[in-house]
Amino acid sequence: MANPVTEFWRRYRRNGAAVVGLAILCVVVAMALSAPVFFPTNPLRLVGPAELWPLTDARFPLGTDSLGRDIAAQLAHGAGTTLIIGLVASLVATTIGVGIGAAAGYYGGLVDDVLMRFTEIFQTIPNLIFLLALVAVLGPKIEHVVIGIGLISWTSVARLVRAEFMTLREREFVLASRAMGMSDLRIIVTQILPNAIPPVIVLASLIVAGAVLFESALAFLGLSDPNIASWGGLIGEGRLLIRTSWYVCALPGLAILLTVLALNLIGDGLNDVLNPMLKNR
Amino acid sequence: MSPLLQVCDLTTHLFTVEGVVKAVEGLSFDLDADETLALVGESGCGKSMTALSLMGLVPDPPGRIVGGQVLLGDRDLLQLSEHEMQKIRGNEIAMVFQEPMTSLNPVFTVGDQIVESVLTHRQVSRRQARERAVELLDLVRIPDPRGRFDDYPHRLSGGMRQRVMIAMALACDPDVLIADEPTTALDVTIQAQVLDLLGELQGEFGMGVILITHDLGVVAGIADRVVVMYAGRKVEEAPVDDIFASPLHPYTQGLLGSMPRPGLEERLREIPGVIPSLIDMTPGCSFAPRCAKAMARCREEQPDHATIGDARVVACFAAEEEVAGRGLAVDT
Amino acid sequence: MNRTFLAVRRRLLQAVPVVFGIVAIIFLLLNLSPGDLVDVMAAEEQISDPQVLEQIRAEYGLDKPIYVQLANYVWNIVHLDLGYSFRHSQPVWDVIVERLPATLILMSVSMALALFIGGLAGVVASIKVNTLYDNLISVVAIIFFAAPSFWIGLMMMVLFSVKLGLLPVSGMYTIGGDYSLAGEIWDVTRHLVMPSFALGLFYAAIYARVMRASMLEVSGLDFIRTARAKGLGEKRVAFKHILRNALLPVVTLFGLQLGTMLAGSVVIESVFSWPGIGTLVFEAVLTRNFPLVMGVLLFGSILVVIANLAVDLVYMRLDPRIELR
Repeated sequence: MANPVTEFWRRYRRNGAAVVGLAILCVVVAMALSAPVFFPTNPLRLVGPAELWPLTDARFPLGTDSLGRDIAAQLAHGAGTTLIIGLVASLVATTIGVGIGAAAGYYGGLVDDVLMRFTEIFQTIPNLIFLLALVAVLGPKIEHVVIGIGLISWTSVARLVRAEFMTLREREFVLASRAMGMSDLRIIVTQILPNAIPPVIVLASLIVAGAVLFESALAFLGLSDPNIASWGGLIGEGRLLIRTSWYVCALPGLAILLTVLALNLIGDGLNDVLNPMLKNR
Repeated sequence: MSPLLQVCDLTTHLFTVEGVVKAVEGLSFDLDADETLALVGESGCGKSMTALSLMGLVPDPPGRIVGGQVLLGDRDLLQLSEHEMQKIRGNEIAMVFQEPMTSLNPVFTVGDQIVESVLTHRQVSRRQARERAVELLDLVRIPDPRGRFDDYPHRLSGGMRQRVMIAMALACDPDVLIADEPTTALDVTIQAQVLDLLGELQGEFGMGVILITHDLGVVAGIADRVVVMYAGRKVEEAPVDDIFASPLHPYTQGLLGSMPRPGLEERLREIPGVIPSLIDMTPGCSFAPRCAKAMARCREEQPDHATIGDARVVACFAAEEEVAGRGLAVDT
Repeated sequence: MNRTFLAVRRRLLQAVPVVFGIVAIIFLLLNLSPGDLVDVMAAEEQISDPQVLEQIRAEYGLDKPIYVQLANYVWNIVHLDLGYSFRHSQPVWDVIVERLPATLILMSVSMALALFIGGLAGVVASIKVNTLYDNLISVVAIIFFAAPSFWIGLMMMVLFSVKLGLLPVSGMYTIGGDYSLAGEIWDVTRHLVMPSFALGLFYAAIYARVMRASMLEVSGLDFIRTARAKGLGEKRVAFKHILRNALLPVVTLFGLQLGTMLAGSVVIESVFSWPGIGTLVFEAVLTRNFPLVMGVLLFGSILVVIANLAVDLVYMRLDPRIELR
């Protein structure tokens, strides 16, 4: 076991679908990074005739939407939006979930009861309606969208981390740390958390996928930030044209599908590498 | 009279990624009606795979029966279709498993699970099947059988669950009962009760019982005959008294040496070494690497089964020589 | 039945703090919203006289400290008073109840589809494990798991309504259609096909994956070998002994996802102009009708709590090992 990175890749590679997922994600990332190079102007600018079908005009390989905006440019710029919102929202959700799950699992008893009821609240509230209400109240800004998605996505992390902590807190190395007089916070952060991290990473990657879907739904309903090109928003605008120019809906939807698919496949692949015991389940 | 069950040259292999595991290799034995035959050996010697082979329940993949015959009356079970075999399982041959805690379905009542056995093979009404189930629960000495009928398995202790398993196996009055380590998972006091019960029921039902165990102590009180298995093969077969009085095979002697006996203060002797991998079998006797009496010949040649007297079989060159030295007839 | 009664009581007691927490969060959101109830009212009713506004504020207790307002809010909710929607000139409660049946129909049909299709696909995949069927089901499941439901809806619309003309594009009834009972049922059914599939297929994909994994896990357990040893056929082993046990994780997941599914119907309803709570809350968000938005949020949450209770009871019936502590 020479290099941990090589070893990681050797084990990840065994899952063919996960490699395909990684390849798709790399394409999406490349799209996002190259967007400012290939499409330097604002993608929401009107640049050509409206409702131009794909593959009919070399200037607009994927056609134009109802207002004559370049679909290729919007897809490329939307890739960045999608990935950043997905990643940051997942980070928010993971942070909240780890904090609450760790406290509940480590302390148990009343703390656990209270925090679990709190978790149940967010599990019960119909998540997308809560997101709509939150964004409507706070205003359709990208940071509100991110926080909102984070707030509705953390419960699964909290439940997972709680379960991990409940088993880990009884293990010898934790008892030893406690006997040495380490503070609770230090035990949680330096002793238990590193052991609970692998399944959390897997779940976090799946939450990115979920966040992409939430963002697209919000943008589709026209309630996300209107000043940012987004795949869901493009579908929302294209839906009025489905009788004539359904490609306006189809293309960004395909992009969402492939991105979410890639993220899920990567999650499966990470699971195989990080939780080898669970692999055969 | 021909025996009830005849196993001839049974060979079951597991085709794994690492290679072919020869779990059961050329195993032969007979079982008479009204007889208890013990199949003894360390774990991993192929006892359980033998039982599953007789039931036609070898997990495939990776396992497959690659040769031999299992004659029940005049039918070779290995030639039957899966559908025909289903009519035999639980009806003519029934089985009790090792783990009573996990061998009952947790979401059905014990009564329903016995009724299901009855209804699978008998054309009776649900009510008759129910009566039969209560009768069986009573037969395996479960107190308040009518009350227990509607209990779910998790409400019962391990011993009670094993009694339910036995009741289920007896539901259709089988000719052959295979009990695979039926008492291993139980407390010592419960073990004795369950063994006594099996002994009594064997007489009442007039079944042939195959008792699979790693514990020679279990064998002494209940078995009529013993087959000792090592690494998938039969190494010795003898009436139970002979096994204890004069074990012939060094492996059998080792097993007896490692068995605690009352009145003997001497330390238990362990058989040195470990069971060989069943994948890379050496050409000679598979016990040779652990055997104190091994000769050069033992490492080159597989000893055949030699019949000694009229009821004993052993597969060991050293044993053959010893017996011949004592002037007994050896027939190979 | 005693066990059931105790379980219901315990779950209801547990639900109380949860519902109260939801009310508190909703109250917080309402207070975060720019302008209070009276501003909204003023805009809707075109009242500009500051004195009248103050009077209304006092009348609604909006000049009181925040905890008194929360207490009032809770008091009102206990009396099923979720506020007043000026846009509909009706209490919020009435507006919601009026739209409820459409959503309940869509939800229950979607759930049934998801459970049936997903469950069946999972069972088939597990019985034919590692064959072409299994792989095909896995691929289809992972695609529907990744596709946004509203996009599936739109693509179905393009195919089945625009191109093939088989199904109505949107709405719940055909205007001026057949008014006999049978005609009406048939009409609603035709309108229901696409929205319920669009909403249900995502969950069907999840259940298919969980069901497959669960069936495979259970089929390796000892009691399944016991069932085979009884002489049961493979079909009976799979559909009686394995399925009953494999259903348990699916039911758990189903309960956890009820809220998500109700929320998902917002998007689907607005895609298909289905006249339920989803379109209602969407319109309310667009018109900044916050009492109605929060009313739907609360109503939806309580619906989920009740549905969860029902799921728990079903689970108890399926798994006798659940004993009350």
